[in-house]
Amino acid sequence: MTTPTRPETAADPTSVSVAVDVAAPLEHVFDVFTLRMDSWWDPDHHMLEDTAEFVVEPWVGGTITDVGPAGERCTWGRVLVFDRPAAFAFSWDISPRWEVETDPARCSEVHVSFAAVDAGTTRVTLEHRHLDRHGEGWAAMRDSVGSPDGWGSNLRRMAETARIPVPIVDREVAES
Amino acid sequence: MATDISGFAALADPTRREIYERVAARPSSVGELAAGLPVSRPAVSQHLRVLKDARLVADEAVGTRRVYRADPEGLAMLREYLDLFWRRSLDSFAAVAEETFHDHPDPT
Repeated sequence: MTTPTRPETAADPTSVSVAVDVAAPLEHVFDVFTLRMDSWWDPDHHMLEDTAEFVVEPWVGGTITDVGPAGERCTWGRVLVFDRPAAFAFSWDISPRWEVETDPARCSEVHVSFAAVDAGTTRVTLEHRHLDRHGEGWAAMRDSVGSPDGWGSNLRRMAETARIPVPIVDREVAES
Repeated sequence: MATDISGFAALADPTRREIYERVAARPSSVGELAAGLPVSRPAVSQHLRVLKDARLVADEAVGTRRVYRADPEGLAMLREYLDLFWRRSLDSFAAVAEETFHDHPDPT
Protein backbone atom coordinates (compact mmCIF):
# COMPACT_ATOMS: atom_id res chain seq x y z
CA MET A 1 0.00 0.00 0.00
CA THR A 2 1.14 3.51 -0.75
CA THR A 3 0.09 6.19 1.67
CA PRO A 4 -2.66 8.31 0.10
CA THR A 5 -1.34 11.40 -1.58
CA ARG A 6 -2.79 14.53 -3.00
CA PRO A 7 -1.87 14.69 -6.66
CA GLU A 8 0.36 17.68 -7.21
CA THR A 9 -1.57 19.77 -9.65
CA ALA A 10 -2.94 23.25 -10.10
CA ALA A 11 -5.76 22.45 -7.73
CA ASP A 12 -9.34 23.24 -8.62
CA PRO A 13 -10.45 25.16 -5.54
CA THR A 14 -13.85 23.48 -5.66
CA SER A 15 -12.56 19.93 -5.44
CA VAL A 16 -10.18 17.70 -3.52
CA SER A 17 -8.25 14.84 -5.07
CA VAL A 18 -6.59 11.90 -3.33
CA ALA A 19 -4.89 8.83 -4.80
CA VAL A 20 -3.64 5.56 -3.38
CA ASP A 21 -1.96 2.45 -4.80
CA VAL A 22 -3.40 -0.79 -3.45
CA ALA A 23 -1.55 -4.13 -3.61
CA ALA A 24 -4.49 -6.13 -4.96
CA PRO A 25 -6.00 -6.71 -8.42
CA LEU A 26 -8.40 -4.30 -10.08
CA GLU A 27 -11.69 -6.21 -9.72
CA HIS A 28 -11.10 -7.01 -6.07
CA VAL A 29 -10.23 -3.39 -5.27
CA PHE A 30 -13.33 -2.13 -7.05
CA ASP A 31 -15.57 -4.59 -5.21
CA VAL A 32 -14.19 -3.74 -1.78
CA PHE A 33 -14.58 -0.03 -2.46
CA THR A 34 -18.12 -0.19 -3.78
CA LEU A 35 -19.77 -3.12 -2.04
CA ARG A 36 -17.95 -3.23 1.29
CA MET A 37 -17.81 0.44 2.10
CA ASP A 38 -18.71 -0.26 5.72
CA SER A 39 -15.49 -2.26 6.11
CA TRP A 40 -13.28 0.77 5.55
CA TRP A 41 -15.34 3.93 6.05
CA ASP A 42 -14.34 6.02 9.05
CA PRO A 43 -16.82 5.01 11.82
CA ASP A 44 -16.68 8.54 13.23
CA HIS A 45 -18.36 9.73 10.05
CA HIS A 46 -21.34 7.49 9.67
CA MET A 47 -24.67 9.19 9.21
CA LEU A 48 -26.32 7.13 11.95
CA GLU A 49 -25.26 6.97 15.58
CA ASP A 50 -24.46 3.30 15.09
CA THR A 51 -24.19 1.97 11.55
CA ALA A 52 -24.33 -1.80 11.10
CA GLU A 53 -23.81 -1.77 7.35
CA PHE A 54 -23.71 0.32 4.22
CA VAL A 55 -25.99 -0.73 1.40
CA VAL A 56 -24.85 0.37 -2.06
CA GLU A 57 -27.26 -0.43 -4.88
CA PRO A 58 -24.81 -1.27 -7.66
CA TRP A 59 -26.46 0.52 -10.56
CA VAL A 60 -26.82 4.07 -11.85
CA GLY A 61 -29.68 5.66 -9.94
CA GLY A 62 -29.20 3.32 -6.99
CA THR A 63 -28.80 4.67 -3.49
CA ILE A 64 -26.20 4.51 -0.76
CA THR A 65 -27.75 3.93 2.64
CA ASP A 66 -26.46 3.56 6.18
CA VAL A 67 -28.43 0.86 7.98
CA GLY A 68 -28.44 0.75 11.77
CA PRO A 69 -28.60 -2.31 14.06
CA ALA A 70 -32.37 -1.90 14.54
CA GLY A 71 -32.97 -1.46 10.82
CA GLU A 72 -33.06 2.34 10.80
CA ARG A 73 -31.96 3.73 7.47
CA CYS A 74 -30.30 6.90 6.28
CA THR A 75 -29.85 7.36 2.53
CA TRP A 76 -27.17 9.95 1.80
CA GLY A 77 -25.96 9.25 -1.73
CA ARG A 78 -27.07 8.42 -5.25
CA VAL A 79 -25.01 6.25 -7.56
CA LEU A 80 -24.02 8.30 -10.63
CA VAL A 81 -21.61 5.86 -12.29
CA PHE A 82 -21.22 2.15 -11.71
CA ASP A 83 -18.82 0.80 -14.30
CA ARG A 84 -17.05 -2.26 -12.86
CA PRO A 85 -14.10 -2.30 -12.52
CA ALA A 86 -13.05 1.10 -13.89
CA ALA A 87 -15.24 3.80 -12.39
CA PHE A 88 -17.64 4.57 -9.57
CA ALA A 89 -19.26 7.88 -8.76
CA PHE A 90 -21.87 8.97 -6.29
CA SER A 91 -23.52 12.11 -5.09
CA TRP A 92 -22.57 13.41 -1.67
CA ASP A 93 -25.92 14.39 -0.19
CA ILE A 94 -24.27 15.39 3.06
CA SER A 95 -24.03 18.94 4.30
CA PRO A 96 -20.86 20.21 5.98
CA ARG A 97 -22.80 19.83 9.24
CA TRP A 98 -22.78 16.11 8.44
CA GLU A 99 -26.56 15.99 7.93
CA VAL A 100 -28.48 14.71 4.92
CA GLU A 101 -28.80 17.35 2.22
CA THR A 102 -32.14 17.03 0.43
CA ASP A 103 -31.54 19.70 -2.25
CA PRO A 104 -29.60 18.10 -5.14
CA ALA A 105 -28.30 21.55 -6.12
CA ARG A 106 -26.46 21.66 -2.80
CA CYS A 107 -24.85 18.23 -3.15
CA SER A 108 -21.32 17.57 -4.31
CA GLU A 109 -20.03 14.51 -6.18
CA VAL A 110 -17.39 11.88 -5.51
CA HIS A 111 -15.75 10.36 -8.59
CA VAL A 112 -13.50 7.34 -8.15
CA SER A 113 -11.43 5.73 -10.89
CA PHE A 114 -9.61 2.42 -10.72
CA ALA A 115 -6.66 1.54 -12.94
CA ALA A 116 -4.31 -1.44 -12.98
CA VAL A 117 -0.72 -0.34 -12.43
CA ASP A 118 0.29 -3.98 -12.91
CA ALA A 119 -1.39 -7.36 -12.36
CA GLY A 120 -1.23 -7.04 -8.58
CA THR A 121 -1.47 -3.30 -8.02
CA THR A 122 -4.39 -0.95 -8.51
CA ARG A 123 -4.34 2.82 -8.41
CA VAL A 124 -7.42 4.40 -6.92
CA THR A 125 -7.95 8.09 -7.65
CA LEU A 126 -10.73 9.88 -5.84
CA GLU A 127 -11.99 13.36 -6.65
CA HIS A 128 -14.59 15.06 -4.51
CA ARG A 129 -15.98 17.70 -6.88
CA HIS A 130 -18.23 20.77 -6.78
CA LEU A 131 -17.65 21.55 -3.13
CA ASP A 132 -18.85 25.11 -3.72
CA ARG A 133 -22.37 23.71 -4.05
CA HIS A 134 -22.40 23.33 -0.27
CA GLY A 135 -22.74 27.09 -0.01
CA GLU A 136 -24.86 27.35 3.08
CA GLY A 137 -23.06 24.65 4.94
CA TRP A 138 -19.74 26.21 4.13
CA ALA A 139 -20.80 29.43 5.88
CA ALA A 140 -22.25 27.50 8.81
CA MET A 141 -19.07 25.48 9.07
CA ARG A 142 -16.99 28.62 9.22
CA ASP A 143 -19.17 29.93 12.03
CA SER A 144 -18.99 26.70 14.01
CA VAL A 145 -15.23 26.35 13.94
CA GLY A 146 -14.83 27.78 17.42
CA SER A 147 -17.39 25.51 19.07
CA PRO A 148 -16.25 22.39 20.97
CA ASP A 149 -17.88 20.04 18.46
CA GLY A 150 -17.29 22.28 15.49
CA TRP A 151 -15.25 21.70 12.42
CA GLY A 152 -12.08 22.96 14.01
CA SER A 153 -11.95 20.28 16.68
CA ASN A 154 -13.11 17.61 14.26
CA LEU A 155 -10.42 18.64 11.81
CA ARG A 156 -7.77 18.57 14.50
CA ARG A 157 -8.88 15.13 15.62
CA MET A 158 -8.73 13.87 12.05
CA ALA A 159 -5.31 15.42 11.55
CA GLU A 160 -4.03 13.67 14.65
CA THR A 161 -5.13 10.26 13.46
CA ALA A 162 -4.39 10.68 9.75
CA ARG A 163 -1.09 9.34 8.57
CA ILE A 164 1.36 12.02 7.61
CA PRO A 165 1.36 11.92 3.83
CA VAL A 166 4.50 11.80 1.77
CA PRO A 167 4.00 14.19 -1.15
CA ILE A 168 4.66 12.53 -4.47
CA VAL A 169 4.51 14.37 -7.76
CA ASP A 170 2.43 12.10 -9.94
CA ARG A 171 1.64 13.56 -13.34
CA GLU A 172 -0.31 10.55 -14.43
CA VAL A 173 -2.75 10.96 -11.57
CA ALA A 174 -2.84 14.71 -11.91
CA GLU A 175 -3.97 14.45 -15.50
CA SER A 176 -6.74 11.99 -14.88
CA MET B 1 -16.19 49.31 0.92
CA ALA B 2 -16.78 45.62 1.51
CA THR B 3 -20.40 44.66 1.84
CA ASP B 4 -21.37 42.32 4.62
CA ILE B 5 -22.21 39.23 2.59
CA SER B 6 -21.31 35.65 3.31
CA GLY B 7 -20.00 33.10 0.86
CA PHE B 8 -23.37 31.40 1.12
CA ALA B 9 -25.32 34.47 0.11
CA ALA B 10 -22.88 35.22 -2.67
CA LEU B 11 -23.31 31.74 -4.16
CA ALA B 12 -27.07 31.60 -3.67
CA ASP B 13 -27.58 33.54 -6.91
CA PRO B 14 -27.46 31.13 -9.88
CA THR B 15 -25.65 33.56 -12.17
CA ARG B 16 -23.05 34.30 -9.52
CA ARG B 17 -22.60 30.58 -8.91
CA GLU B 18 -22.07 30.10 -12.64
CA ILE B 19 -19.54 32.93 -12.72
CA TYR B 20 -17.78 31.53 -9.68
CA GLU B 21 -17.57 28.06 -11.22
CA ARG B 22 -16.16 29.48 -14.44
CA VAL B 23 -13.59 31.57 -12.62
CA ALA B 24 -12.69 28.58 -10.44
CA ALA B 25 -12.18 26.46 -13.54
CA ARG B 26 -10.12 29.10 -15.34
CA PRO B 27 -8.98 32.60 -14.39
CA SER B 28 -10.88 34.99 -16.65
CA SER B 29 -11.46 38.63 -17.47
CA VAL B 30 -14.86 40.33 -17.32
CA GLY B 31 -15.06 40.26 -21.10
CA GLU B 32 -14.33 36.55 -21.31
CA LEU B 33 -16.99 35.81 -18.72
CA ALA B 34 -19.59 38.05 -20.36
CA ALA B 35 -18.95 36.45 -23.76
CA GLY B 36 -20.02 33.06 -22.43
CA LEU B 37 -23.02 34.19 -20.42
CA PRO B 38 -26.39 35.76 -21.27
CA VAL B 39 -25.66 38.79 -19.10
CA SER B 40 -24.03 42.16 -19.79
CA ARG B 41 -20.50 43.12 -18.88
CA PRO B 42 -21.68 45.57 -16.21
CA ALA B 43 -23.78 42.79 -14.68
CA VAL B 44 -20.80 40.44 -14.66
CA SER B 45 -18.72 43.17 -13.02
CA GLN B 46 -21.36 43.62 -10.35
CA HIS B 47 -21.48 39.88 -9.63
CA LEU B 48 -17.70 39.74 -9.46
CA ARG B 49 -17.69 42.58 -6.95
CA VAL B 50 -20.05 40.60 -4.69
CA LEU B 51 -17.93 37.47 -5.04
CA LYS B 52 -14.84 39.49 -4.28
CA ASP B 53 -16.38 41.03 -1.18
CA ALA B 54 -17.29 37.51 -0.01
CA ARG B 55 -13.64 36.57 -0.59
CA LEU B 56 -14.61 33.89 -3.07
CA VAL B 57 -12.70 35.47 -5.94
CA ALA B 58 -9.60 37.63 -6.13
CA ASP B 59 -8.44 39.82 -9.00
CA GLU B 60 -5.14 40.97 -10.34
CA ALA B 61 -3.91 43.15 -13.19
CA VAL B 62 -2.30 41.20 -16.03
CA GLY B 63 -1.01 43.73 -18.53
CA THR B 64 -3.99 45.88 -19.42
CA ARG B 65 -6.51 43.27 -18.30
CA ARG B 66 -7.95 42.53 -14.90
CA VAL B 67 -8.12 38.78 -14.36
CA TYR B 68 -10.36 37.16 -11.80
CA ARG B 69 -9.53 33.86 -10.13
CA ALA B 70 -11.02 31.84 -7.30
CA ASP B 71 -9.70 33.00 -3.94
CA PRO B 72 -7.93 29.96 -2.49
CA GLU B 73 -9.12 30.90 1.01
CA GLY B 74 -12.77 30.72 -0.01
CA LEU B 75 -13.43 27.02 0.35
CA ALA B 76 -10.14 26.18 2.01
CA MET B 77 -11.58 24.84 5.22
CA LEU B 78 -14.05 22.48 3.58
CA ARG B 79 -11.35 21.26 1.24
CA GLU B 80 -8.91 20.70 4.07
CA TYR B 81 -11.49 18.78 6.04
CA LEU B 82 -12.53 16.52 3.15
CA ASP B 83 -8.94 16.06 2.03
CA LEU B 84 -8.11 14.64 5.46
CA PHE B 85 -11.32 12.62 5.55
CA TRP B 86 -10.60 10.97 2.20
CA ARG B 87 -6.96 10.38 2.91
CA ARG B 88 -7.81 8.63 6.13
CA SER B 89 -10.60 6.68 4.47
CA LEU B 90 -8.44 5.60 1.51
CA ASP B 91 -5.69 4.57 3.89
CA SER B 92 -8.14 2.33 5.73
CA PHE B 93 -9.65 1.18 2.44
CA ALA B 94 -6.29 0.10 1.02
CA ALA B 95 -5.50 -1.89 4.17
CA VAL B 96 -8.87 -3.68 4.04
CA ALA B 97 -8.62 -4.39 0.30
CA GLU B 98 -5.15 -5.87 0.73
CA GLU B 99 -6.09 -7.95 3.78
CA THR B 100 -9.21 -9.38 2.19
CA PHE B 101 -7.32 -10.23 -0.98
CA HIS B 102 -4.59 -12.08 0.90
CA ASP B 103 -7.20 -13.93 2.98
CA HIS B 104 -9.41 -14.84 0.05
CA PRO B 105 -7.70 -14.20 -3.28
CA ASP B 106 -10.18 -13.81 -6.09
CA PRO B 107 -10.04 -16.60 -8.66
CA THR B 108 -8.49 -14.81 -11.62
